[in-house]
This record gives sequence, structure tokens and C-alpha cells, in this order.
Amino acid sequence: MESLVYIALFSPLVGSLFAALYGMSPKRLVTGVVTSLLLFVSFVASVMLLQHVVNVGPVRVELMDWIVAGDMRIPFGFAVDQVTAVMMTVVTLVSTVVHVYSNGYMEHDKGFNRFFSYLSAFVFSMLVLVMSDNFLGLFIGWEGVGVCSWLLIGFWYHKEDVGRDVNPSISPSWAANEAFIMNRIADLGMLVGIFLIYWNIGSLQYEEVFRAVPNLDHGLLVLIGIMLFIGAMGKSAQFPLHTWLADAMEGPTPVSALIHAATMVTAGVYLVIRANPLYSQIPEVSYFIAVLGTFVAIFAASMALVNRDLKRIIAYSTLSQLGYMFAAAGLGAYWVALFHLAAHAFFKALLFLGAGNVMHAMDDELDIFKMGGLKKQMRWTFLYMGLASLALAGIWPFAGFFSKDTILEAAFNEHSYGIWFVLWLTAGLTAFYSFRQVFLTFLSDERYKQYGFHPHEVQKYVLWAMAPLAVLAVVFGWWKESFMEFVTQLLPAYEMSEHTHHMVWILIVVTMAIALGGIAVAYVLYAKRLKRSEKIEQSLPYRVLSNQYYIPILYEKVFSKPYAELSDIAWKEIDLQVVDATVDGIAHVVEESGDGARKMQTGNLSDYLKWMAAGAILLAVLAVFAALKH
Amino acid sequence: MIGLTHYLVLSAILFSLGIVGVIRRKNLLMLFFATEIMLNAANVAFAAISSYYHDLSGQMFAFFIVAIAASEVAVGLGLLILLYKKYGTLDLDNFTMLKG
Repeated sequence: MESLVYIALFSPLVGSLFAALYGMSPKRLVTGVVTSLLLFVSFVASVMLLQHVVNVGPVRVELMDWIVAGDMRIPFGFAVDQVTAVMMTVVTLVSTVVHVYSNGYMEHDKGFNRFFSYLSAFVFSMLVLVMSDNFLGLFIGWEGVGVCSWLLIGFWYHKEDVGRDVNPSISPSWAANEAFIMNRIADLGMLVGIFLIYWNIGSLQYEEVFRAVPNLDHGLLVLIGIMLFIGAMGKSAQFPLHTWLADAMEGPTPVSALIHAATMVTAGVYLVIRANPLYSQIPEVSYFIAVLGTFVAIFAASMALVNRDLKRIIAYSTLSQLGYMFAAAGLGAYWVALFHLAAHAFFKALLFLGAGNVMHAMDDELDIFKMGGLKKQMRWTFLYMGLASLALAGIWPFAGFFSKDTILEAAFNEHSYGIWFVLWLTAGLTAFYSFRQVFLTFLSDERYKQYGFHPHEVQKYVLWAMAPLAVLAVVFGWWKESFMEFVTQLLPAYEMSEHTHHMVWILIVVTMAIALGGIAVAYVLYAKRLKRSEKIEQSLPYRVLSNQYYIPILYEKVFSKPYAELSDIAWKEIDLQVVDATVDGIAHVVEESGDGARKMQTGNLSDYLKWMAAGAILLAVLAVFAALKH
Repeated sequence: MIGLTHYLVLSAILFSLGIVGVIRRKNLLMLFFATEIMLNAANVAFAAISSYYHDLSGQMFAFFIVAIAASEVAVGLGLLILLYKKYGTLDLDNFTMLKG
């Protein structure tokens, strides 16, 4: 079993290094094929591990001692338990699909080899993140996925910056830096949390930490919980650190599917699930997490209502679904959060890859107002995106129905009716914007004709590669019971009360009603033809939503601009006037004195001998004085 | 009675003469003589102190200095002859190739 752990973990790394060898050379198909195959190997190993965990139990391996200093001992260890096995399977499955898909999507890109190198490096970091058996290994993976995310968002770094009115994300490099910096801010919080854990417990191994948690001071636990959650907020783009996720759509679409929908952004949720023994000790922080998640769910969904950018709509829906996951985790229903995480990974990756197909067909056009009627040319993509949207909207019997509905039940069960209501409302909004997008893209009038596009379906093998996700988006929810039994071996079981059991059918009907209602509204408004109303688009709520509540502009005014000015002052006043002046002064003194001393070098031996004699006498005198002093 | 002090004073006088010679003289041959005087000043001091302390090491050292001085003169004079053949003079003021 040990070797399986290593195969699963290291084959993406091998693939990444292999592709990196060709990083600077023109496209070679072999890089794409080899990385995809290695990812598949990793996936198979993950599935075998999952089976082993199901039948036998968790696997633990220790590669080597990593840091040994004084009392501190941190091994480079990996543990594959129930949660990790699920995460590994999800990550490697989606990664394999995305790798194969990228072979088609990046076909004509100059950076083909580089792309696969980054993509595989990301998977390796993500696996380190989920497999580590201590907080430090988790942190290394956490930073690793951050770096890969930065590399991949800014993959087309040569694009120039443009104004916010032309492209809300300005440019790929801008978006990449935004994502990285926001994550740095959050990571500081997480690092402080890890320091606190080490200071007070003396270990970073999950087992030891969680064993020690019940004996710790409550205030301290609250502090640790908040600090770790700040890290999770950054990675999972929760308010107020959410703006980077929508801008991250500047990256190639497979990246959005893998990193900014299915895997990396769920790392925050994974952290909260992993640290459940900690969070169940501090209900007030957990409740805050649930409330924040609920807020983000409706907040992001509202922005998706009016957006015209194909990928941004999906990005907001990702944000919104992450909110659902946090709500579930905050309410103590950790296994439900994990279930929604896995289900979401499948249907959201599928949705993004479908969006990639549409972009491919439309020459990278993203404005859904310029599409319409694409179902004729792109039957399979329409089917996939339709399935994924049904799953996202939570329609029975698709995956999203089971996971989302369980979250709503949990909220109801906790008597958090406010949370329940907002999440319920969000379910309606989700259905509406998902199908607004589907209808505007695939049904309604063929607006693309007037813009001169010639859409065409993508390659066959790309469509086949997406098939596993489509199947899972449909059937994954049917395994809810066995999934629950499996992960609750590790996570706390969450029992619905008798009352909720009686209500459960009513809840399902009510939720389905609002979801179907949302789809119906979208159908009425958009399915036949796009009717644009100048009045609505100029109205205040519409403008507030389409400008993302003016938050990016606010951040620029409040943080970026003053910070740039401060940096300017620090540069011109402090760096140039003080630091550089000091260094230059030293150099100046040396230069001047050297220039003066140069005159000693007359070239005449007699003069040199005079200097030598003078020096010798000086030394002799000094020696005499030194001798006299003693 | 001639004591240690007298020898040391003699050594100091000789050494100073040597230094002055090294500094003031312009002819390279004279410079050599001056350095020999300095070496011998040191030798006098070594011998005197050795006798004062009844320790033969000083005198042994003086012999070493004599031997080294001899070999140095052998090499140095050879160089001087070559220098004279090349430039026709041994005046130091003519040799300023190292001017910085």
C-alpha cells in the first residue's frame, strides 16, 4: 500500500518535470500525452487506495524526517484516511479529465509544454495538501497550489493591461498578482494559526493536535480557529477576499475548471473539514463560518444574475457553492460539506470545460449576448452543459440535488431558519442564472451570425474525455448513503432530528419548486430570444450588480491607490534619500580617498621605501606603546 | 665594561644608518649595501642578546641571516647586472614603470 501512496503522489511530479524539460521548446504532443498518462496512473492508484481504505482502513507512511530541531520533530508523513481518499480520488479524476481535455484545448498554443508542466505541478501540490498528516505539509501544499495558480492565471502574461471598463480583470498578469497577493494576506493568518498550534501543543501532527484540543483554553481555540479560517477564506475566496476568483478567469479555461472550480478553491473547505475536532469545540466561530458562507452564497449568486461573461457567471456560481460548503461545515455537517465538495467538483468542472468548448467555437468570445442558438452546432456540449446546470441547480436526480438538499436540511435541522431561507433563495437564483446562461448560449436567436462567428464542435476525444464527469454529475448523488457511511468513520456523524425527518419531503418539494421556478423564469425571459431593456440595464440595482457591488473599485480606492502612494513616498523619500544615500556615501568616500592615495604610487622605488620605513616605524611605535600599557 | 646596552645601541645606530641609506640613496647598488648594513645590525643584536641570555638560538639565527643575505646578494647582483646591461644605469629615478 505504501508504494501506491507514493505512486499516486509522485507521478504528477514526474510528469511535471518531464514536461518542464521541453518548457522552452515548441509544442510537442508527447508532453501532453505523458502528463495525462501519469495523471491517469495517479488516478488509478488513488482509486485503489480508496478501495483499500474502504476495506481495510487508513494508510500511514512516513517518507523521512523533515525538520528535527530541538524538541521539534516534523516528519514528511502522509496519511490516507477516509477524507483524504475521497479528496485524492476527486482531485486526480478531475485532473486526468482536464489534462486530456487540455490536449485539445491548448492545441495551437505556443506554451503547450509549459502549460502541462504547470498543470501537473499543481496536481502534485494539491495532493501534498490533502495527503499530508501535519499542518506544515498542508501549508507547503497550500503555498504550492498558490504558486501554480499564479503561474496558470498569468499563463498569457504577454497580454497588455486594459481599462476596467473593457475587461474587468484588466490583464492576466494583473489577475494573477491579485490572486497571489490576496492569498498571501490570508496565508499570514493561517501561518499565525499554525504557530499558535505549535506554541501551545508542541506538535503539528493532526492526531496529536486534535487529541490536545479539548484540554486547551477556549479563548485560545477561538483564536486558532479564526486564524486558520482566515487562511481558508483566502484560498476559497470568501468575502471580503473574494474578488480574485472572478478575475482568475483570465487563465486558460481548463485551469478555471481544475483549479478555480473543482480543487484548489475547495482547499479552504477541506481545511475546515479536516480541523473539525477544533471547530466543533468553538461553536461561535463555526456559526460565524456558516453565516459568512450563507452570505457569500447569495452575494455571489446575485452578481451572477446580470453578468454577461460566460466564465465569470460560472466563477460566481463557484463562489456561491463554496458558500454552501462553508455553511454546511459551519453547521457541523462536515460530511455534507465534503459530499457537496465532491459533487460540485464534478459538475462544475464539466460546466467549465463545456464553457471552454463554447469559447473554442466562438474564437474566445465570452459575451453570452453575442451567442445564442449554438445547440445546432454543438449538440454534445449543449448536453453536457445542460446536465451540469441541472446538477448545479439541484434538480432531482442529479448530483447537486442530493448534496445541496442535504445542506438545506442541515440548516433547517439546526433551527437556523435564516440561513435556511437565504440558502433556499440562493437555490432559486442559482437555477435562474445557470439556465439564463444555458439558454442564452445554446437556445434563443442566433445572434452570433451578425458578429461573423463560425462555431463548430470540438474534437471527438475531447468530448469523450468529458464523459466521466457528465456521468458522475448525474449519478454521484445516488451514492449519498454509502458516502456518508464511509466518511463518517472519520468525520462526526450528523443526525437529523425526528422533526426534520417529518419535514424532509416538504423541504425537498419547496426547494425543487424554487429551483424549477428559477429555470422557468429563465426560460420565459431568454429561451426564445434575447430581449434587452435599456431601462433595466441602466437601473441602479443592475449597475451595482454588474459592477460587482463596486467592490473592486472600492478596493482600488481604499487599498491599492493609498498603498501605491505610500510606496512612492517610501521609494522617493526613504529609499532614495536615506538608504541609497548612505550606500552611495560610503562608496563616494572610498572613491575619493582612493583617488587621493593614488598619488603615493609615483613608481619611484625610493618613495615606496620611504612609505615602508614610515609604516614600519609607526608599527614599532605602536608596539612600544602596546608593550608599555601592559 | 661593555654591556648589552652598548651592543644594542650600536645595533640601533647601524640599523638607522641602513634605513637612511635605503631611503636617501638613488643608486641601486648602494641600496643593497644599506640593506646589508641593516641585516648586520640585526645580527649584532641577535648575537648580543643570545650571549646575554646564554641561549645559542640567537647566534644560530644570526648564521641563518648571514646565509640568506649571501644568497640574496648573489641573486640581487645578478639582476642588477642585467638591469645595467639593459638600461645602462642603476639610478632609481629612471625606473618608474610602476607609476599608478
